Amino acid sequence: MMSSSFNIFRVGISVVIMCIFYKSAVDSLSELSPQKYFSTLQPGKASLAYFCQADSPRTSIFLEELNEAITPLQDYGISVAKVNCVKEETSRYCGKEEDLMKAYLFRGNILLREFPTDVLFDVNAIVAHVLFALLFNEVKYITTLEDLQNIENALKGKANIAFSYVRAIGTPEHRAVMEAAFVYGTTYQFVLTTETALLESIGNEDIENAHLYFFHCKQVLDLTLQCRRTLMEQPLTTLNIHQFIKTMEAPLLTEVTEDPQQVSTVHLQLGLPLVFIVSQQATYEADRRTAEWVAWRLLGKAGVLLLLRDSLEVDIPQHSNVIFRRAEEGVPVEFLVLDDIDSLISHVESNVHIEEIQEDEDEDTKSPNMDVQDDEVAETVYRDRKRPLPLELTVELTEETFNTTVVASDSIVLFYAGWQAVSMAFLQSYIDLAIKLKGTSTMLLTRVNCADWSDLCTKQNVTEFPVVKMYKEGKNPVSYVGMLGTEDLLKFIQLRISCPVNITSVQEAEEYLSGELYKDLISYSSVSVLGLFSPNMTTAKEDFTEAGNYLKGYAITGIYSEEDVLILSDKYAATLPALLLSRHKEGKIESIPLANSHAQDIIQIITNALLETFPEITVENLPIYLRLQKPLLILFSDGSINPQYKKAILMLVKEKHLDSLTPCWLNLKNTPVGRGILQSYFDTMPPLPLLVVVNLHSGGQVFAFPSDQAITEQNLLLWLKKLEAGLENHITILPAQEWKPPLPAYDFLSMMDAAASQHPTRKDPECTKEMDVQENDKKQHEDKSAIIKEPIETLRIKHWNRSNWFKEGEKSFRHDNKEL
Amino acid sequence: MRLAAAARLWGPPGLLLTFALHPALCLRPARTAAPPHRDYCVLGAGPAGLQMAYFLQRAGRDYAVFERAPRPGSFFARYPRHRRLISINKRHTGKANAEFNLRHDWNSLLSHDPQLLFRHYSRAYFPDAGDMVRYLGDFADRLRLRVLYNTTIAHVTLDKDRQAWNGHYFILTDQTGQAHRCSVLLVATGLWVPNQVDFPGSEHVEGYESVSVDPKDFEGQNVLILGRGNSAFETAENILGVTNFIHMLSRSRVRLSWATHYVGDLRAINNGLLDTYQLKSLDGLLESDLTDLAVVKDHEGKFHITLKFFLEESNQSADAITLPQDDNDNFAMRVAYDRVIRCLGWKFDFSIFNKSLRLSSSGEFSKKYPLVKASYESKGSRGLFVLGTASHSVDYRKSAGGFIHGFRYTVRAVHRLLEHRHHHVPWPSTEHPISQLTNSIVRRVNEASGLYQMFSVLADVILLKENATAFEYLEEFPMQMLAQLETITGRKAQHGLFVINMEYGRNFSGPDKDVFFYDRSVGHTEDAWQSNFLHPVIYYYRHLPTEQEVRFRPADWALPRPTAIHHIVEDFLTDWTAPVGHILPLRRFLENCLDTDLRSFYAEAMKVGAAPLIITGLAAVTRQK
Repeated sequence: MMSSSFNIFRVGISVVIMCIFYKSAVDSLSELSPQKYFSTLQPGKASLAYFCQADSPRTSIFLEELNEAITPLQDYGISVAKVNCVKEETSRYCGKEEDLMKAYLFRGNILLREFPTDVLFDVNAIVAHVLFALLFNEVKYITTLEDLQNIENALKGKANIAFSYVRAIGTPEHRAVMEAAFVYGTTYQFVLTTETALLESIGNEDIENAHLYFFHCKQVLDLTLQCRRTLMEQPLTTLNIHQFIKTMEAPLLTEVTEDPQQVSTVHLQLGLPLVFIVSQQATYEADRRTAEWVAWRLLGKAGVLLLLRDSLEVDIPQHSNVIFRRAEEGVPVEFLVLDDIDSLISHVESNVHIEEIQEDEDEDTKSPNMDVQDDEVAETVYRDRKRPLPLELTVELTEETFNTTVVASDSIVLFYAGWQAVSMAFLQSYIDLAIKLKGTSTMLLTRVNCADWSDLCTKQNVTEFPVVKMYKEGKNPVSYVGMLGTEDLLKFIQLRISCPVNITSVQEAEEYLSGELYKDLISYSSVSVLGLFSPNMTTAKEDFTEAGNYLKGYAITGIYSEEDVLILSDKYAATLPALLLSRHKEGKIESIPLANSHAQDIIQIITNALLETFPEITVENLPIYLRLQKPLLILFSDGSINPQYKKAILMLVKEKHLDSLTPCWLNLKNTPVGRGILQSYFDTMPPLPLLVVVNLHSGGQVFAFPSDQAITEQNLLLWLKKLEAGLENHITILPAQEWKPPLPAYDFLSMMDAAASQHPTRKDPECTKEMDVQENDKKQHEDKSAIIKEPIETLRIKHWNRSNWFKEGEKSFRHDNKEL
Repeated sequence: MRLAAAARLWGPPGLLLTFALHPALCLRPARTAAPPHRDYCVLGAGPAGLQMAYFLQRAGRDYAVFERAPRPGSFFARYPRHRRLISINKRHTGKANAEFNLRHDWNSLLSHDPQLLFRHYSRAYFPDAGDMVRYLGDFADRLRLRVLYNTTIAHVTLDKDRQAWNGHYFILTDQTGQAHRCSVLLVATGLWVPNQVDFPGSEHVEGYESVSVDPKDFEGQNVLILGRGNSAFETAENILGVTNFIHMLSRSRVRLSWATHYVGDLRAINNGLLDTYQLKSLDGLLESDLTDLAVVKDHEGKFHITLKFFLEESNQSADAITLPQDDNDNFAMRVAYDRVIRCLGWKFDFSIFNKSLRLSSSGEFSKKYPLVKASYESKGSRGLFVLGTASHSVDYRKSAGGFIHGFRYTVRAVHRLLEHRHHHVPWPSTEHPISQLTNSIVRRVNEASGLYQMFSVLADVILLKENATAFEYLEEFPMQMLAQLETITGRKAQHGLFVINMEYGRNFSGPDKDVFFYDRSVGHTEDAWQSNFLHPVIYYYRHLPTEQEVRFRPADWALPRPTAIHHIVEDFLTDWTAPVGHILPLRRFLENCLDTDLRSFYAEAMKVGAAPLIITGLAAVTRQK
């Protein structure tokens, strides 16, 4: 049963490949005249041709080997031909004498490489040399340790490296590496050497055998650190390399809450055992560190998972801390009690025997990782789905109770959908907030599940999830638009005082402006806004009140319109109607005239005033500043900012030189991702502090302030002028659309097409013929009707828009493995 | 039959006559007093007419409903004869979602009043028809719908006028000769004219509309029932226990609704006779074309079945007529019957519409329905819409447009079309940022009732905004009108669109198919396109398809070939909210159509760079909010 489904898969692959390369000869060496041969070359297609005299012997050892290489090369889209140099047609590729004859590799009709026949001594050498020539850019050949270090440094934070040492070019090991590079060359940097000295210098004395190392450079962000290395312990065969790389791709550590018997990871499919480190809530942090350590030690040998005992439904023995599960099906898991990591490692190593890939009939053709959740929010919500939330701290509202509740008490309502991941993640924060506020707030925290009360949500104008609204006396709900986290929501709730506050005396107004009046709220809002009006300015007051209401939860606003308002307006040099902005952090009070400003303008004025002139940019506040649509002038700083620099920039702001920019700074200590950002701008980590202008909204250019200049007001101004005049070169351009789909989707349309055209396909002479030949030559004896019955198997391997050369190559690579 | 022949004979002069009479007819009232004008006239106060009246009333339109009976729903006052409705009244689904619950409520009309749900009118799963009459009466009264009762519209004609919305007015003349002038005519008269087959001896046949419903009247009788629909089986079911035997005769083979998933086919609740037939009792089913038959009454008053052909051969007395069994002594219907009952369904009443309206029948396979476009507008005259059961030609034997639970949504679609055409109110839509795309779809496919009932007829449409940063969501658009979407809705579809439809698997169901075959359901997400049960299908188009593309779409396709298609795998609970099984593949599909990333991220993860994407630019973060 197993073998038959396997064969179907094999044929399916062949159909795909054959249909693409049906023009090339199949399995027997085509013999052509030079003219004929050059007329068959297709642009972009690679072709290997052996030029020989027409009267040369029909067979030779070389021709036999070449014959054998046809099929493997064809799988990579390379055609093979024998060209007979007849007298009438002389070609410069035709040598004069029999022993001077050579093979030539062409791409289209461009000559890539010529090979003396003695270099192509056997089929392995032929495949290895040809792929090596074709993958010249993908596989870097190096000779010194310095070369290796340079590559390593260049790729830190970007890509991982597959470094291999082979004894000589053209060996079976070399072929295996090249075949792997054909598939994975675009994902990993392949590096190859034949220098024994180089191998020895990285600490490996075994120069007799070929070796492959995986350098984990992608997650190395600090250039001073070395990339971790994992040595592949199996002999270098195509299958083993593939398997090894698959385990390198797998997540280092997986957290599970399921029955260990049910868990399935790529390791099992590769015939590797699983090691579960049993953890519980109390020791979770420590266990995770241990597990990570173990995972590094066992990388390539076993899959390591962290099992949360608390959320597990099946029973595991009280004292066991490790569960060991073999790859073989039906073998029960072992519950172990191990004292230290070394005994764990040795237990695993003594039990591992690498065997052939298990054919899992059901899973064999699944596209890689498409079913794996790559949305971190959805992932965590799913992971925690069995962890009960203390929902009782918030009141659940229904269509019947909603209106009465929000009228009876001031309420915060979270509208969410039970099936939506972001909703459920935010519900967790909302519960945390409820815990924080327990017994201290007069605000009622409530929630409505819109999956149940759809009509209610529609009536409340909720068409997205999640949404938070604040209801006071059941009316004019204010929507919350901040970050979906506890802190920001808390600020929103704390600032809910009924705005604008009516201030009744000059003294009270002064207290309000100094921050005395609402001392406890100052930590949530660094700005207090006071509107000053003469008692008769009714419309202006109404507009201001409307704006204050709108900003409820975001800003503290007050209003003063007593007869003696002139005392205040004189003091702060304001013309009525006016706004006073008190910035508590800076201890400054400024005034803004409000004549003829409508509510919308006032909102705009206050919103802008809430922005700082030179803020520290964080992940949380970045969206607000990006909304200004201006290029960012960012000062990257490792730790807090040098007051000199701050002063220089504030000076420039004051002199209005920075009006077209958003000046800000980024503290790498608080926002470590800044390091990654810098690396993408500069390739290597530049010295700090560093000033950069990023034009995100148009063009995406990045300009760097010369690091050899001091950050002074003058230098900066000069540089900005040059920048404006277009005299500065950008250091990089950010790609416009880097927000691509993480993975392909199922291409149902072509699956349906394939199913519909399945019977017609049989009539298609070219494809059918190829398929039959393929079957015969591969000596596969399965019933042909089985192929027809199983279209889905064929279809599953098709990818969305990924029918390009390399992907096809990958598939053929995979099926080859399965056949080994 | 005779009438039709006469009409054909007198065709050309008749036409002349119409022309001659035409000015006279409409000028007369004009001279005396202008006929009262309405923007919208609705014919019939059945479920569809009341449903339309409700929408017109809510929109504040000038309308009137004309009803010949003194109360709404006169069809239900009489039919079904045995009083049991076969539309389900599911009062419990275990869910609070009102929209979702409508998926399993086949009797309620749409309104804002939760009291006007049918479950408040009956506790029965298959409710009594009397409850429907009471419900419709309450619906009209509570919502104060403007219905003119006891007004029989006897004649409808056209009055050309350049000023009119559609270039003509509809002139309705009632039984008193009073004329009513309407800008738009909404015909919701249903199907009420009993279908009759003309064959020798058809005068001996009793009709479903008048046959006794008292089983006592059938004690010990041999009964032949003509027809194979729900009315035929309902009649048989009623007398199954008291007759000697029942034979049922019809042209086509029985179509079981659980095999065809079409609610108009024979419902299991009525199929007791099938059970006894197959369990070797005396009852039986036969297939023959009724038009070839003849019924002959013998001297004892019993009925014999013979062929029309034999009757034409000889012109003899009743007892001497050749019977099939004379040649063929095992002829199935060789016994004499005490009663022959005709249960052949109903057809639309074409007779009141003047020829100038060009309201014709839908063709060979759905003769009983008037011909309409997919927008429910008559092909013959602009401004005339057919609603309710009579509009079923659009999805006959496919979807639920001929039944309350389906046409309550198609009526709403017609109303939305009219609101835009005559009052510049665009098709209602909501606008969202693109980050809500997956949510919007998941929400609708899980709760929307209109999509679910009117699968493959009404579909939701998502219109993308420039650069796909936002989208508009339109609900329940008649999908066959997709090419005309911009003119019908007043919305722009310049930047690509998604269509969300519900579909059964192709070739899954049908009258002769085994719908319980092993392995009939699909579980793997990658096999979702082979799902058999009703499941959501999402079509992606870069450009709005043209009329040509819609008309000449591939056979078996609900819509023209899209740029990409996605099937959400069928679900046993019709709950498509599984994070990995349903939502993840949907997100991947949407991402690949739009060439973007629709994931959400934690800000904490961004701080340390766990989301590698944002390294390439800070811009990424803005996409979060």
